[in-house]
Amino acid sequence: MLKIIRKILIRTIIWGLAFGVTGMTVAKADVPESKDPVKIVMMGYSGDNIIMFIYGELIKKLGYNVEYTPADYIGQFTGVGAGDLHIASPGWDTTAKAVLDEAFSSGNVLNMGNIGIAVNEDWWYPLYVKDYCPGLPDWKALLEPDCVNALSVVETEPKARFLSGPLEWGGTDPERIAALDLDFEVINAGSDGALSADLVAAIKRKQPIIAWSWEPYWIPALYPGEFVKWPEYDDACYDDPSWGVNSSMTHDCGRPNGHMWKAAWAGGEKIWPKAYDVWRKFTLDAKTAGELVFQSDVEGMDTKAVAQKWIADNESTWKSWLE
Amino acid sequence: MTETKLIHAISPPRIKPSIALIFVAILAVILIKFQWLALPWANDYPGTWVIPLGDSLSVKIKWLVNEADLGLFTFKEFTRAIGSLLNVPVLFLRGLLVTGFTVEGAHDALLHIPPLSWLGITIGIVLLAASLGDRRLTVFVVISFLYVAFVGLWESTMLTLASIIVAVLIGIITGLLLGIAAFKWVVMDRVLMPAFDFMQTMPVFAYLVPVLMLFGYGPAAAMVVTLIYAMPPMARVTRISLAQVSGETVEFGRIAGSSARQLMWKVMLPSIRPRLMVGVNQVIMLTLNMVIIASLIGAGGLGFDVWQALKALRIGQGAEAGIAITLVAVVLDRISQQFAARRPVHRNTAPSFSKKYALLTIIVAIVIGTTIIGHWVPVISRVPDSWTFSTGKFWDNIIDWININLYDYIDGFRRFFFIYLLKPSKSFMLSLPWLGTVLFISAVGYHLGRLRLAILCTVLISFIAIVGLWEKAMISAYLVGVCVFLASIVGIPIGVISAGNERIHNIVQVIIDTLQTLPSFVYLIPVIMLFGVGEFSAMVAVVMYAIVPAIRYTDHGIRQVAPHLIEAARAMGCTRMQILRRVQLPLALPDIMLGVNQTLMMGLSMLIITALVGTRDLGQETLIALSKVDPGRGVTAGICVAFIAIVAGRLINAWVQKHKSELGLDAAH
Repeated sequence: MLKIIRKILIRTIIWGLAFGVTGMTVAKADVPESKDPVKIVMMGYSGDNIIMFIYGELIKKLGYNVEYTPADYIGQFTGVGAGDLHIASPGWDTTAKAVLDEAFSSGNVLNMGNIGIAVNEDWWYPLYVKDYCPGLPDWKALLEPDCVNALSVVETEPKARFLSGPLEWGGTDPERIAALDLDFEVINAGSDGALSADLVAAIKRKQPIIAWSWEPYWIPALYPGEFVKWPEYDDACYDDPSWGVNSSMTHDCGRPNGHMWKAAWAGGEKIWPKAYDVWRKFTLDAKTAGELVFQSDVEGMDTKAVAQKWIADNESTWKSWLE
Repeated sequence: MTETKLIHAISPPRIKPSIALIFVAILAVILIKFQWLALPWANDYPGTWVIPLGDSLSVKIKWLVNEADLGLFTFKEFTRAIGSLLNVPVLFLRGLLVTGFTVEGAHDALLHIPPLSWLGITIGIVLLAASLGDRRLTVFVVISFLYVAFVGLWESTMLTLASIIVAVLIGIITGLLLGIAAFKWVVMDRVLMPAFDFMQTMPVFAYLVPVLMLFGYGPAAAMVVTLIYAMPPMARVTRISLAQVSGETVEFGRIAGSSARQLMWKVMLPSIRPRLMVGVNQVIMLTLNMVIIASLIGAGGLGFDVWQALKALRIGQGAEAGIAITLVAVVLDRISQQFAARRPVHRNTAPSFSKKYALLTIIVAIVIGTTIIGHWVPVISRVPDSWTFSTGKFWDNIIDWININLYDYIDGFRRFFFIYLLKPSKSFMLSLPWLGTVLFISAVGYHLGRLRLAILCTVLISFIAIVGLWEKAMISAYLVGVCVFLASIVGIPIGVISAGNERIHNIVQVIIDTLQTLPSFVYLIPVIMLFGVGEFSAMVAVVMYAIVPAIRYTDHGIRQVAPHLIEAARAMGCTRMQILRRVQLPLALPDIMLGVNQTLMMGLSMLIITALVGTRDLGQETLIALSKVDPGRGVTAGICVAFIAIVAGRLINAWVQKHKSELGLDAAH
């Protein structure tokens, strides 16, 4: 009895497999240079994910196989340098300069130009902070004792707290605080997650706060706020102490704008030349990037869907990249 | 009762010379601190004396990765080969569970074989659990698998499962072999035991870059990182259990005429099977602990879901994925424990193939059958999106409500702890002169374990000062110290209560199992939302994680106290409190102290997490090294963490040994 059942079972499996398998045949895509998948880094941020999805879906149109690979912002450059990953999520020279320099100078990672979005990173506050520090966004409002008092917490008392990003992002805030004689203490969050958790929780309970933020990013997109306006940045400000408000110290000004750099594994140039060409041509302006982030973080659209929608609506923009 | 009294009567109340030495060291600390001894270099380690070990290590690591040549091939080619070997089983399982396989056929046709259906896998696992004969386990498995399917985490869970299963298997096998090696050859023991100390206490970020360079971004590197952390307990348990196999068992094996190999594999190992399962349990739990880090270097899956959700502060969504990780851990653990608990059946005749593998055949048939049917009935192969639901919003709202309505109380609490505990202990630790501290710790080492331990303490602690990380190390020590203190004063009483009450015990078990397997990142972000960036948040997160062994070991230790001693105490008219204070606690103290030791180890392993919050300690040093691509710097900081752990561990162990022999417990164990 058992034997018969087993026989039947085995036969069904074999027949089923045969059927299933033939039924599941799909047409093979016409791949340009290589069928090897282009591995594209997904960092997990909405803005960056959308950019990477747009690029990935575009080269899929050319017939490339694409693999979206999760990776960490800093760790990805090691992977790209070794050819384990191919297209890096854009690196910001404002915070990851050391890693970018190291990667580009190694010869294993190609600098594919910047994406065209000027990134702004600086002191940011939610709008209600103006009630405590009238005169904002002008930086001089931060000199007022009432403002300092409102922004102080137990760890920094009697000074005000400036919540900054990780130390390794290389902010020059202590220098600026000293140069502009602000009564602030820098508290570094150890990770972007910690920074946004503290900032958003404070916004939700309407606690006065000034923190490090940047654009394009979901927090300024989601919550009304402004960046503090410092004396305009000038190269001399960072080198020449006599420049600016404080005649004996440097850094008495705002920060220089940065760029998002496209990076890719050097070895891939020969394998997928066309895909690399598209990545070189790929640009996006800050306004579009802001809108895309808004669609995903405020309107709650899936990042891939945002990317696909943009592709559907903007054929005129990307058509020339694919030629 | 009588035993302890006797000991008090025997030990003479005079100060031993080694204790006097400790007082001398304390005196030295004071003299140096207040400059009564004019030794400025003994207060703050002079910057010019610092040996920049990080720089030369970086050069060496880069040489190892880029140039080291082993003759026929380079070191990197060698590790890459191992990496691609490790990738094979993971990629195969991934194909089976998640992506399916694409095979190239003739005429440019691609053949796509779909992954196994969710329904089939669920039914298969449930049948497997049911066959083990534990109804509660079966129910638990059903709930767990339906949960991951219907919160929409099926694919991620299968991805995680694919890498976890391979990592756990490799961890168990290598752990077992290394444990046997350490048991057989003294040399191996000498080399492996300190190596394990390093592997378990070095923060991952310290060696992440070299591992990525050597093994390539992907599942292999993720597995290497996981194994470094999760394998040592298996080896340790094997080594210790083998040493404790009774002489009679070995003797019997010899009389029966076993060869050396048979003696090991057929006699000794089977006889310690229940104890080995403790090692298996640890490998599974620790592997799942590494899921988040592993997901960031190419393993993907649930870990990445947690990471991505929490970065965007979608707490609920992160928690859902975190709970899935916990469920996977518990299911794997319980099924493997049940398997091990089954006694081997001895029959006279070998059972026929069909009987032996009937269940397996049925399971395979169901899995494959549903997968094939799934081609026409998609609901069977994939859970439709419309069926899934998310409780994410609910949890987000709870956190928001607490944040908005209870913040005043939370802030008061935080203020109190900061002003009265964190700030003073931090400034105390930072004000200690380095040389005095080294002297003090060495004196304690001498008191507990004589010269060898004293020398070990001197060398390891001085190293921290010599490489210029004294201040950061002190912040780490202060933070972990405060956390161990809090975890102990909260955890030990909970352990005592849970040892005395079965119902509370069961509840506590569920909570501590969850705390141990839930990725700490899941509660780290809500903790920061409520307590802000700072050492207080770090403290809360560390205590939540490190409290587990304090509870577990206390509970275990008190239950271990021989019932006749308690009976005797009761007969003498002791009240419950008296029994607890005079009998149970003293006798359980060695176990409790081992728990404290484990709490300390876990606290140190959490330094990486505290660095993510933003403390300026050794953990942060490894993070900075990571972003500056300076592997030597990270490794140096990692070595310092390991040294702190080794010194603390050795001191506590020496103390436990001493205490045990004083209590006369050695013979009993």
